Amino acid sequence: MASLDTGGGDGGHKKSVGVKKAKKLSTRVDMTPMVDLGFLLITFFIFTSTMSTPTTLDLFMPKDTEKDEELNKAKESGALTILLAKDNNVYYYEGQLSVDDAGNNFKSTNFKGIRQVIIDKRRTTPEEDLVIVIKPNEEATYKNTVDILDEMTINQIKRFALVDILEVENELIKKTQESGE
Amino acid sequence: MPSVKIPKHDTENDMTPFVDVAFLILAFFIMATKFKPPDAVEINPPSSVSSKELQQKDGIMVSMDKDGRTFFAMQVEKDPAPIQAVLQNMNTERNLGLTDGEIAEFIKDPVVGVPIAQLKQYMGLSEDQKKSFRMPGIPVEDSATNELYIWVRDAVSAFSGKKINYMIKGDNNAKYPNFKNVLSAFKRNEIFKFQLITAPEDVPVGTELYKVRRAGG
Repeated sequence: MASLDTGGGDGGHKKSVGVKKAKKLSTRVDMTPMVDLGFLLITFFIFTSTMSTPTTLDLFMPKDTEKDEELNKAKESGALTILLAKDNNVYYYEGQLSVDDAGNNFKSTNFKGIRQVIIDKRRTTPEEDLVIVIKPNEEATYKNTVDILDEMTINQIKRFALVDILEVENELIKKTQESGE
Repeated sequence: MPSVKIPKHDTENDMTPFVDVAFLILAFFIMATKFKPPDAVEINPPSSVSSKELQQKDGIMVSMDKDGRTFFAMQVEKDPAPIQAVLQNMNTERNLGLTDGEIAEFIKDPVVGVPIAQLKQYMGLSEDQKKSFRMPGIPVEDSATNELYIWVRDAVSAFSGKKINYMIKGDNNAKYPNFKNVLSAFKRNEIFKFQLITAPEDVPVGTELYKVRRAGG
């Protein structure tokens, strides 16, 4: 094991006869405990240190406005609405919600699947028309919200909005969840 | 029969360089570790691909825990005067009867986790009692009792025009309505730009952002 060898080398320099030889004490120190302690501390600091400093995700919210003409109008063809519900479920529809038998465009997916949906939408829609509306319901978690906002960054979506969910949509989520169970 | 003499190697390696490196690493970790004071509440933030690092500057931090409690904290770069101003203002406005000592105590750990009416009672607790005391959080539910709005308003005026960051730190399991209430408290103060505190995460390979990041170096 590691040790310090600091002495003993007498380089062939003979002592004269008759001079009493002093007893040589070993200067070798056993460093094993020190090294043990060293590694213990290393392990401790590795485990306790937080190497990753927190990052921040910027979020800009629009001003609440009552006036209808100030609201940004979104083209129906370019709109994708994403609904977040409990247990990390994601629902989405394109354009207007139509729940009639003929055109049920209310679809269910999860956080893995939603990326492909966004990518597809992005590819089929002109960039200036594309707008994503995010509506978390009251059972969605904060993580879900951040994840979906993150998905906007990942897919470089320029226009998106965080909006309150409509009662119709919430009902639909409940119905879908019940039927799924 | 002549035997082949195998030279006997010393099986004991010289471990000195190894130990040197080990201690170098140790020194590095000791230097790099920053012990942060234990938070009043444990919050595990979600992760995001954002690469902007959190700035330790003047700001307001609103935390949401998994039980739906909301906390308000002020963060100053060096001068704690705004914190003092906010509390003193609140003290006189609401007749809380806080002593100077209690205000000084608050500056050391400027986290509000109780309704304004309970502030005096909370400040009167001893260190040990504070640790075991479960803070109920600031009421944020509806606009009439939204105390977060008041705290934010006072804090903004106390910082008096300085550039401040509005940080929101939420737990993974915090519910969305809580987040919405926090946002509306800020929005009523005409604040629309937030920084959500997240843990770093890698950009998924093949996505648009991945291409952009790679193109940009």
